[in-house]
Amino acid sequence: MNEYNINHLRELEAESIYVIREVAAQFENPVMLFSGGKDSIIMFHLARKAFAPAKVPFALMHVDTGHNFPETIEFRDRLMKETGTRIIIRYVQDSIDQGKAIEETGFDASRNKLQTVTLLDGLEELQVDCAMGGGRRDEEKARAKERFFSHRDEFGQWDPKNQRPELWNLFNGKKNMGEHFRVFPISNWTEMDVWQYIYLENIDIPNIYFSHERDVFLRHGNLLSASDFIPMRDTEKIEKRIVRFRTIGDATCTGAIESEANTLEDIIEEVAATRTTERGTRHDDKRSEAAMEDRKKEGYF
Amino acid sequence: MSDKTSGYLDMELLRFTTAGSVDDGKSTLIGRLLYDSKAIFEDQMEAIEISSKKRGDTEVDLALLTDGLRAEREQGITIDVAYRYFATPKRKFIIADTPGHIQYTRNMVTGASTANCALILVDARHGVIEQTLRHSYIANLLQIPHLIVCINKMDLMSYAEETYESIKNEYQKVADKLNIKDVRFIPISAKFGDNVVDASENMDWYKGETLLNLLENIEILDDRNHEDARFPVQYVIRPQSDEYHDYRGFAGRVASGVFKPGDKVKVLPSGKETTIKAIDTLNGELDIAFTPQSVTLRLSDEIDTSRGDMIVAADNVPHMEQEFDAMVCWMNERTMIAGGKYTIKHTSNETRCIVRNVNFKVDVNTLEEMTDDKTIGLNDIACLKLKTAKPLFFDSYKKNRNTGSFILIDEATNETVAAGMIR
Repeated sequence: MNEYNINHLRELEAESIYVIREVAAQFENPVMLFSGGKDSIIMFHLARKAFAPAKVPFALMHVDTGHNFPETIEFRDRLMKETGTRIIIRYVQDSIDQGKAIEETGFDASRNKLQTVTLLDGLEELQVDCAMGGGRRDEEKARAKERFFSHRDEFGQWDPKNQRPELWNLFNGKKNMGEHFRVFPISNWTEMDVWQYIYLENIDIPNIYFSHERDVFLRHGNLLSASDFIPMRDTEKIEKRIVRFRTIGDATCTGAIESEANTLEDIIEEVAATRTTERGTRHDDKRSEAAMEDRKKEGYF
Repeated sequence: MSDKTSGYLDMELLRFTTAGSVDDGKSTLIGRLLYDSKAIFEDQMEAIEISSKKRGDTEVDLALLTDGLRAEREQGITIDVAYRYFATPKRKFIIADTPGHIQYTRNMVTGASTANCALILVDARHGVIEQTLRHSYIANLLQIPHLIVCINKMDLMSYAEETYESIKNEYQKVADKLNIKDVRFIPISAKFGDNVVDASENMDWYKGETLLNLLENIEILDDRNHEDARFPVQYVIRPQSDEYHDYRGFAGRVASGVFKPGDKVKVLPSGKETTIKAIDTLNGELDIAFTPQSVTLRLSDEIDTSRGDMIVAADNVPHMEQEFDAMVCWMNERTMIAGGKYTIKHTSNETRCIVRNVNFKVDVNTLEEMTDDKTIGLNDIACLKLKTAKPLFFDSYKKNRNTGSFILIDEATNETVAAGMIR
């Protein structure tokens, strides 16, 4: 056995820290997008590792749809306070009030797509030249084609057919005025890697990732959390179930799964045995075969 | 914690790339690896079943798993490098799936640049063709340590041993010509799964490992350079807090070799010597750092050091030159401008360079070196003489993939136009 051996999680960690440091070195005004979900939590954890003992040299940014799980927001605020980190919050509700975004109507209405408007406005207003996101290539087939350093034109659009080649670990962050970059430090992580790393590093995550009792109802095969901002059809009935969330996104389009897993070990075993992808609980991806590609082209993360 | 959970923490990471021509069944092979290793989920399978039906196919087309973009599915081709992931209890795998079209050679170079291993696909009906030679040349140029030649579509050749043997012999000639050291052969049928994950019942004459076994067991740790201590400074950490008032840490990723506290080092370009005082991480100090770890080094003496500088072993320094020869793969539609100026990115260093000469261009179909043709366009591979505005600290690419590689950026378009390997 070679003595200079590190396991795959440490290798992924080293790669992500390298990417985050490149961002700090190559850009003037980067932000790290933070939703309070597990991917952005580990990305932030990696950023803290990258710059210790100094503080993270950029702000976090949250695009708030207003349709949150309250547990996530509490978690976010506590983490920011404990680590002394600055977070910029931009609200989808403001974009709607300003007439820049129009609320979808109907039972399946979601603010997921509207986030793009708020995000792009926020980046422009704050003159952000690079936004780091917790997107992973294993999540979805359009994301599988993403670069670590992904160039966006002045409209924030992604051109998947004309991406810059990315070689070795040499990242080209050059751009013209008005353009920006999206950078994905955890591109090469899978859902399993994320959970194992959370376990390995003992990282705190919102409690709704663990099994709990919740009022839910069934829609399109997903268990949605009953809440004031999701209108229900007459045929849909609220019931109590033991569930947990595999992903945390906008509450209108994030489904829960029935699960008894209430420790990280349980979750890891559950993920290993699961036969559907985590995006399978995401309603927003089911709208069409290229739903994610289309949203990304418009400037979604 | 159960065995299943703890076992996962001992896994290694292996990155591999796939190369083949248009209809070699590359996407099908990857689909098969993912499917048979149970890395494909029910909802993904459901989605491609629906797509296959929509297109009127009678069988589920596993290629649809990797062709992610709308245009790719419409045209039935792969446009861009796609990254795929799967794991077995031994290893986590990252696949760079690269298109086989001639016009997309740049994608293969991209996928090959980070790979530990390359799968070269050969259609058993056609044997070694021009593109096989091209792909093998690129894999070797980028110094991928291990090649696995998958002789695919054996089902269409009645699983005949003679077919396999004759292609193997034919390819061995290519390998000898290119001086490829580690090459292995497997007869497979990606479509039906023979020798991919499970041993083939149709080819009992083949006694070797299945593809997945091989990928799990190829020794990769010794491929890394642990000899030459090189640490490109990526970022300077200065907390400017009361607690860490005088702290100056040099953050970066160990490019090669090993660093320990107390080691005598030299900082380039100044050449000043000092010792490593400490190796810092958020979780405390380390007593050793090696490639590919990301760490923060503190030095015993205050030496002016910033991004682009390199901390190296005091008694083992890289070349420090402003002029060198490099093999370059051109990746942009805009042809190279003779005598043109480009931005060069090398480790954490960046400067401008000028193309002094085209030494020769390689005909990737015959491997001939052509000295008359000086035009370098998309997908061309050539040996250039470059001169940089300031010295670079480098090793030859053959010796060190991290300190021997660079990219060129067109200053007019900001695009990455070339990948280079220092000779």
